[in-house]
Amino acid sequence: MSLVSVNLQDKTFANGVQTVRDVQFTVQSGEFVALVGPSGTGKTTLLNMIAGLETDYTGTIQAPCDALSYMFQDPRLMPWLTVENNLRLVLDAPPLQADTERFVRMENLLNQLGLNEFRAAFPKQLSGGLKRRVALVRAFVTQPQLLLMDEPFQSLDEPTAQDLRQLLMQLWADTCPTVLFVTHSLNEALQLADRILFFSARPAQVILDYAVPVTRPRSSVTSDLQTLQNQLLQQYPQLLSGSLAKE
Amino acid sequence: MKAFWQPRVLVLIGCVLLWQVLAWWLPSRYLPTPSAVLATLWQQIVSGDLFIHVGATLGRVITSFTLAMLIGVGIGIVMGSRERWNEWLDSLVIIGLNIPALVTIILCYIWLGLGETAAILAVALNKIPMVIVTLREGARAVDKDLLQVAQVYRLSPTQRFWKVYWPQLYPYLFAAARNGLALIWKIVLVVELLGRSNGVGFQLGNYFHYFDIKGILAYTFAFVTLILILEAVFLRPLEKRLNRWRE
Repeated sequence: MSLVSVNLQDKTFANGVQTVRDVQFTVQSGEFVALVGPSGTGKTTLLNMIAGLETDYTGTIQAPCDALSYMFQDPRLMPWLTVENNLRLVLDAPPLQADTERFVRMENLLNQLGLNEFRAAFPKQLSGGLKRRVALVRAFVTQPQLLLMDEPFQSLDEPTAQDLRQLLMQLWADTCPTVLFVTHSLNEALQLADRILFFSARPAQVILDYAVPVTRPRSSVTSDLQTLQNQLLQQYPQLLSGSLAKE
Repeated sequence: MKAFWQPRVLVLIGCVLLWQVLAWWLPSRYLPTPSAVLATLWQQIVSGDLFIHVGATLGRVITSFTLAMLIGVGIGIVMGSRERWNEWLDSLVIIGLNIPALVTIILCYIWLGLGETAAILAVALNKIPMVIVTLREGARAVDKDLLQVAQVYRLSPTQRFWKVYWPQLYPYLFAAARNGLALIWKIVLVVELLGRSNGVGFQLGNYFHYFDIKGILAYTFAFVTLILILEAVFLRPLEKRLNRWRE
């Protein structure tokens, strides 16, 4: 069953720049898909369209808009709310039911990600890595069917980013939401995703739909991933610049 | 008590001392000493006149301040977030900002009669345009990224407003409130001088007839004290509380 189905003919901004042209893909329920492409090719715009934040385009997009979470490039926590209240904010969202189950879920996630001692802290008092953790909890606490992630671990030092990737994998394994993960790092994509969609430079088109042939868990097979990455780049030297050309 | 020796207190004490020295140095019936003024003040307190007049003024200040803030904040937010409304109302706001306070006051008294309604309305009308302009800036500066978070996580309209939108306006609300109080004190006294039979403005008018500087300074003193107390026990603590997350 495909959960997300994208069939876009055109997305052109008011300033005349065409960012997306003829993009078609579907994503199965529970699949982890990475979107990789050169920066500025409209991957963020694509996520915004799937999230319903951007509505001015030609084409159709089917996505579970009432059951999705979005982790943005910057954590985007409400600076005037404590960690706990930031989470409660999204939990109280409609449909509003006075159940305790979701608050238990919040407590569990706070504990699981080691955020318990920071629950009364304001975002400004947290490090970049901790803010991302809170944003990660916020994304999972609503138990989304679809999770959109837009280079969420960018601008972090590598060990912190690696920690967060592992946490993401744990959380994903627990509830298996469908994930669309935008990144420009091939390494990150190979480590996380079931499938990678490679995009061309603007206007964005899918140039390669690649299933990652590595079983999970992958934390122990870094050498395999490295080999895969080398193979891919040998076959398509300009893959990350958005082209399948040999030279 | 540590707070007593704060610079802001020391400055006030310095001013009174300077005044005392000047009054000794240039003895004149037009520059009474602080002690003579305090004696007059005491006499007004004992007779109860001070409370009647300061109370009447305070009542008008609070009523017109509340009225001006409610209306000004509402219109300011609408104008800041909807360009259409801004286009329609902008020239009215500019006129409102620039009409001399005295004109509004006289017109209100003539059209509505020399009553309490006219007095309050005249003060509020003078203040509303400034609140509008400040809050319009605030509404324009609202962070769109955070509103996207509210949209993606499907917050209810009330939550979206009170937890995401409203806190971003705090600095503008405080700016409007501070400037507002300062302006309203001044205008209320003029309104009272022109058409009321109680209040500090009315009393100052009486003293002016007799060139009674002691009386004028005694009321000014009472008034200034009241403002400083309001600022210290109400505005500053509230602002500090609401700005905790910035630390």
